[in-house]
Amino acid sequence: MSHPIPTTPPAAPAPTLPARAGVGLKPEHFQTILQTRPDIGFFEIHAENYMVPGGPFHHYLTRIREHYALSVHGVGLSIGADAPLDMNHLNALQRLLDKYQPQSFSEHLAWSTHNDVFLNDLLPAPYTPATLQRVCEHIDQTQTHLKRRMLLENPATYVEFAESTMDEASFISEVLRRTGCGLLLDVNNVHVSCTNHGRDAQAYIRALPLAQVAEIHLAGFAQATDTNGDPLLIDSHGAPVAQAVWDLYAHTLALTGPVATLLERDNDIPPWPVLLAEAQMADRQLLALTHPEEALA
Amino acid sequence: MNSQPTFAHALLNPELPCPSGFKTWNGSDPAQRFAVYRNNVMVSLIDALADSYPVVQALVGEEFFRAMARVFAMAHPPRSPVMAYYGHDFAEFVQTFPPVATVPYLADVARLEMARVWSYHAADVPPLALEAVQAALADPAQLIRLQLTLHPSVHVIPSTFAVFALWAAHQGETDMATVDPDQPQTALVFRHALEVNTLELSSGVAQFVSALQAEKTLPEAASAALELAPEFDLTQALTLLLRWQLITHLTTGDPHDDPTH
Repeated sequence: MSHPIPTTPPAAPAPTLPARAGVGLKPEHFQTILQTRPDIGFFEIHAENYMVPGGPFHHYLTRIREHYALSVHGVGLSIGADAPLDMNHLNALQRLLDKYQPQSFSEHLAWSTHNDVFLNDLLPAPYTPATLQRVCEHIDQTQTHLKRRMLLENPATYVEFAESTMDEASFISEVLRRTGCGLLLDVNNVHVSCTNHGRDAQAYIRALPLAQVAEIHLAGFAQATDTNGDPLLIDSHGAPVAQAVWDLYAHTLALTGPVATLLERDNDIPPWPVLLAEAQMADRQLLALTHPEEALA
Repeated sequence: MNSQPTFAHALLNPELPCPSGFKTWNGSDPAQRFAVYRNNVMVSLIDALADSYPVVQALVGEEFFRAMARVFAMAHPPRSPVMAYYGHDFAEFVQTFPPVATVPYLADVARLEMARVWSYHAADVPPLALEAVQAALADPAQLIRLQLTLHPSVHVIPSTFAVFALWAAHQGETDMATVDPDQPQTALVFRHALEVNTLELSSGVAQFVSALQAEKTLPEAASAALELAPEFDLTQALTLLLRWQLITHLTTGDPHDDPTH
């Protein structure tokens, strides 16, 4: 199937996140961050949390932004939805990006809205030509509207669709080729999905267009079992990064080279020093790639 | 066949069967896997309500609260991806939820807690300089038509119950055992220096603040307050508003004669 060159050439050379570890910004840590100015590559926010008129969220983010690179990560655009994108939401994103001028904007390969209901979860879509067409249209529209390249995140899924005609890595590769968007490679999601669907995580990663990886996510998962007694992993963002995910991260970095890496923690949020220490573990791996002598020291 | 409408409908209605059209690599039951999505959605909505309504939760207990929140969430899923205000209509639900009919003050406590959420995220508007307010108050010609605009974080929560005391008893300030829930109270909620504050207002001051918010002139608001509460003290009321820097704008009713511009 042929498709024209992306219709939305990214405007001007896009700013990029530093190839360092970053941490998800949480209100509990606002003051500590400003008081201690930790040596962190960047912070990431969920766009929708900042779609409020004013108050402490904007107060602290404005000050933190003065000292750190920023990634704006959307969780509510519903790029995988059957329905058209919500223009009010796109406009709200535009206002947020204008205000904070982040180095990166990303969203998910998922859907979360139906009619006017927001389901507050990242839901799976079948990998079919129809989904491909729709997702590409939505990404084209988003990139055009926001006048910037976006990153698309690979999902964590618990079910697969009988009607899928493409595997996930091929689907994502084709979306990136058609739209020119970048890849936010969530290594935890790769581990979760590949475990849940009996696939080889390393082979999945090798099948992706790794030159387009502009950010990596690391997070923790919860573990259950399916009705066959096989592991069923749940992307909880509520635990430290598991060793299997650190191993897959090392494998990934060996293929991609150093890439901005976010430690995602949205539930059971620990004290700041615990998150910082986890980010420093990722930073040491990144440093080993860029400055092998220093990393050994 | 699977579709997003079917998927979405089944997510919010646990009595419905798992949609068809899923496959699993090892032949395990897709319904159990679909239940992960159901659980994610429901837990996230209940958690969002628990974040916004900690005192309501404390008053009825966590287990009961989560069961009540589940009933609410199934009937009232979010209509916006901005989750900060999810459950802004929880008080209306609580008001008519039969199992809490024995806790008649619960809905008003929910109103107070939601006001605190609105207040926390309200727009940033700088307060008016004290001198500007004093100058307008000192000029009888201005005073007669003077309108005060209050900060967007200001909310007045009137109640036929002791809404302030019930809330305050859960802030470690007072003992719940000393609260008489049937004592009518009005609470004032506002943001000052990045903190949301909650105070009890006398009925007169509450009337005065509400009248100002309804764009009454200062003399009209003061008259309304005096009518309701003969002991109303205008100086005290203004001192409260000035102390917390809640006046953001003055007008004298004439757009060409705006002392703050």
